[in-house]
Amino acid sequence: MKKPSGSISHITTPVRAWAHRFAFLLLVASAFGLMLLGKADAVLVERARSAVTDAVTPLLDAASRPADAINDMIESLSELADLRGENALLRRENERLRSWQAVAQKLEAESTALRRLTRAVPESSLRFVTARVVGDPGGAFARSVLVNAGVRDGVAKGQAAITSDGLVGRVAEAGMQSARVLLITDINSRIPVLVGTGRDRAILAGDNSAQPKLLYLAPDVDVAPGDKIITSGHGGAFPPGLPVGVVSQVGEGALRALPFADWGHLEYLRLADYELSGVLMPPGARDGTLSADGSHARENEGAKGEPQRAER
Amino acid sequence: MNQTVWTRLDLVARGLFPFALTLLLVMGGMVPLRVPDLSPIIPSLGLISIYYWVIYRPDLMPGWAVFLLGFIQDLLGGGPLGIHALVFLLMAATVGAQRRFLATGSFTLVWALFLPVAAISFLLIWLLYCLNLGMLIDPRSAMFQYMTTVAVYPCLAWLFAQAQRALLR
Repeated sequence: MKKPSGSISHITTPVRAWAHRFAFLLLVASAFGLMLLGKADAVLVERARSAVTDAVTPLLDAASRPADAINDMIESLSELADLRGENALLRRENERLRSWQAVAQKLEAESTALRRLTRAVPESSLRFVTARVVGDPGGAFARSVLVNAGVRDGVAKGQAAITSDGLVGRVAEAGMQSARVLLITDINSRIPVLVGTGRDRAILAGDNSAQPKLLYLAPDVDVAPGDKIITSGHGGAFPPGLPVGVVSQVGEGALRALPFADWGHLEYLRLADYELSGVLMPPGARDGTLSADGSHARENEGAKGEPQRAER
Repeated sequence: MNQTVWTRLDLVARGLFPFALTLLLVMGGMVPLRVPDLSPIIPSLGLISIYYWVIYRPDLMPGWAVFLLGFIQDLLGGGPLGIHALVFLLMAATVGAQRRFLATGSFTLVWALFLPVAAISFLLIWLLYCLNLGMLIDPRSAMFQYMTTVAVYPCLAWLFAQAQRALLR
């Protein structure tokens, strides 16, 4: 760092200091401008975000692989220690699942027969895109992950992200080759769900804690800890019946749910594309702008579906 | 001639080092480590890096670089835009004003002063998030993140010092 000397410095130093201060104020103003812009033009912000995540995803993808390899190694080593015990456990579980499979098959046949009898509107089929979690912004204020699949792989905004355990979140932004999944624990997440065997409607609202809140449950509804929570499919491209979690806490004003998802081991996510039959759903209307009749059409469980959307 | 071009390129590359390193840390903090419960309290590496370079090489960490790093952090983090950009800028300006005193201070002093600086930064980020969402966010998670950030500061600062000695003389 060399300092200007002599008479010139008398002029340049204040000018420079002034320019410095002005630049700083300009940058601060830009930061505030960005905050306002984020509120005013969500689409533009989303596009900017997608562009950046698209650019960063290949790097994150590469960087996350060694981390995964090390994790896998540690995990397999710890599994090796208890191979026999786990094998016995799996055998027992397999037996149990086989009997469940028989039950499921019987119920499926029965359900198909009954549907045919009542001429119920057929359930639409699910199409999955499997994507790897390559980025986890972490931090105290938001819960989201980045996956390495985007629009070109068939990912669209609003799709449900699930693991074998259950619902994890939904696609909040979809770039060309990357997408951001807003986790159900995020403070912005609102998921319409059904609680318990009574299938009572509620909204699962994240608050950045590990146990999201259950809101808008009718006051006369009985819920107990352990009651299963599934997605209701109300209002949007969200498939109904996905397992979400269980009721974990019941009390005055603090109804909470414990999600099934294993947050520590999110490695692959399946993004579910819920395809409504073509007649009800003109192609292209799927992302973001699902019409109200879409949600009405597959409402075949008695509850009337208001045209609401699980929006951030 | 050729020599000078290379020397100049070398100088530019060295000059960009603090910015590039901070950018790498901001992105590197996003690599999923699949460690349960780590994600919400992952230290803010960007904050540490900017604090360090503003004290020791303010010429290589100008305001626009701080702003850009905050902006990228905002874009990647998925939160509201502008929050990190603003907080990083204010932090850099505050620390920059005291840098003559800090740059000659001992390692422990610089670390000790990082405690309140980071605390105020996290408080500001938390406040701005709450304002932006229009609701109160549980501050505990931010407190834990503050603690991990403060705890990893010595390791990172030591690495930065080594890099500074090797690359920037």
